[in-house]
Amino acid sequence: MTTQRIATLRLQAVGLHDRLSAWHWSEYLFWVLVAASYFLFPSRHLLMNEIAILALFSLSLDLILGYAGVISLGHAAFFGLGAYTAGIITKFGVTDPLIGLGCATLAATALGLATSFLALRGSDLTRLMVTLGVALVLYEIANRLGWLTGGADGLQGMDVGPILGFDFDIFGAVANAYSLIVLFVLFLIARRVVHSPFGWSLRAIRDNPLRAAAIGVPVRGRLVAVYTLGAAYAGVAGALLAQTTQFASLDVLAFHRSADVLLMVTIGGVGYLYGGLIGALVFKIMQDTLSNLTPQYWEFWIGLVLVVLVLGGRDWLERLAALVARRTRPGAGR
Amino acid sequence: MLTNLFDGFAYGMLLFVLACGLAVTLGLMNLVNLAHGAFAMAGGYVCMILVNRHGVPFFAGLPIAFIVCAALGVVAERLLYTHIYRRSHLDQVLFCIGLIFMVDAVVDYFQGPQQQFINIPDFLKDRFEFLGVSVGAYRLLIIGVCGLIAVSLQLVLTRTRFGSRLRAAVDDRRVARGMGINVDLVFMLTFAVGSGLAGLGGALGAEILGLDPTFPLKYMIYFLIVVTVGGTASITGPFLASLLLGVADVAGKYYIPDFGAFVIYTVMILVLIWRPQGLFGRVATR
Repeated sequence: MTTQRIATLRLQAVGLHDRLSAWHWSEYLFWVLVAASYFLFPSRHLLMNEIAILALFSLSLDLILGYAGVISLGHAAFFGLGAYTAGIITKFGVTDPLIGLGCATLAATALGLATSFLALRGSDLTRLMVTLGVALVLYEIANRLGWLTGGADGLQGMDVGPILGFDFDIFGAVANAYSLIVLFVLFLIARRVVHSPFGWSLRAIRDNPLRAAAIGVPVRGRLVAVYTLGAAYAGVAGALLAQTTQFASLDVLAFHRSADVLLMVTIGGVGYLYGGLIGALVFKIMQDTLSNLTPQYWEFWIGLVLVVLVLGGRDWLERLAALVARRTRPGAGR
Repeated sequence: MLTNLFDGFAYGMLLFVLACGLAVTLGLMNLVNLAHGAFAMAGGYVCMILVNRHGVPFFAGLPIAFIVCAALGVVAERLLYTHIYRRSHLDQVLFCIGLIFMVDAVVDYFQGPQQQFINIPDFLKDRFEFLGVSVGAYRLLIIGVCGLIAVSLQLVLTRTRFGSRLRAAVDDRRVARGMGINVDLVFMLTFAVGSGLAGLGGALGAEILGLDPTFPLKYMIYFLIVVTVGGTASITGPFLASLLLGVADVAGKYYIPDFGAFVIYTVMILVLIWRPQGLFGRVATR
């Protein structure tokens, strides 16, 4: 009897899980559009490459912020470490981009794991301070180790070899394809992770850590794991940036990187993976337009967007989608 | 050695005046006001403009900076912050970052991105020997003013009716409200005083900390350290944390200049490993 009951329950759970993790048609549409954009705007490869990288970066933050509820003010630490690792390794004769990517990921993962124990202690405030502190320390280190990182001048003369036989061209076509493919692959992995029992346990922790612990979720271990995963993703994004632009400077570790990525995730909405991707797109276009209008003071408008977004409610995209859905559904009008 | 201790002491006192407002707002309303530094910067600029461009005496500029920033604090509290008290910490952080970006750009637009200096009276630039310690007159002034502020804050907090209301509200907002304490009013006043003190600190500290549009970002980490290490349960916690931070920072920059900037982070990490909830008492976790 009991075994039968358990079996039914398990079947129900599996069914629920399959339904929740099934691909929605809009998701297919999204990726088709992404692929189409590659061929539709051949003159915009450089911009799109950057968007893809920022999208991956925000995806990494969404994993820890949207799913585990950990606020980080220093996510740029991992991004920057990835960028510098990928850059420095070419100085030692390792020019293959994929090996560089692997090394950068390893470095960022190691840093993520090492700092997670600190960053996950205490309250939100402590986390803010520690994450910010880690990023600042890394910035200082990169600044001081001038012989290795080029200091304030940035890492000059990176020599990145061809990727699987394709040389990086100046129009960024190869770079863009490279970044988009890496983004897509990592997105698939992230999607798998957040729809796994592991991912659901993260959401339980985010919503109520005490209850999650009470039903037997190892809160600390899960947080460490997802923080490390997020760090690894950010490291990949940083490495992509360094490899495709053949340059890394202190800018990749600066505070505004951490703030920008928070903004991107916020614009798109946290906790459903696509938020970061959409946010990166909106953010980059907005930044491009604004910095053309007011090269020096565009920060003001970015700040204004943040303030308005918070005061007006961060779920604007969700509400817009609901509105569109209601309008397009036949016979939905009351 | 003693000179460094003295300088660090002055620096720490300054940090305390700058950050104590943040500690109280955090303890009282659980508001992570990362934009606290913006008030300090505002104070610095108000004082600079008055003293340098309009010939107001330096010692008149300081109280004016306090008053202007307190007024700014009230306006900001009523217009902006009141909307985000009940929001999540993420919302508060985003809001404050947005605010910092805006303030940065505005100050940059009107005053330019360069470092500003306040013309302090000549006699404050002196250094003299006292019992073998080289004492800077300006730093002595800072210690005097900040010490006075710290003592009066402590007295107000422990000896007056307002202080007991404030402490009650910090301990439990709902019960305090139930007892008939007008928590919103208490909070508005506290916010105003906190912002005013930040402004005063910014004006007083422009000589030591520098003054430019990036000020709120540059010192954000210092304020955060003071508050997390010191806790929000009392005034003494942040005070001691500020002194520790000030002395560690100055000593680090002097004795091991190559690692100067890392010393405070090392201290911070050690403290966190040792006492995750801060050195002194509790940190707001609600």
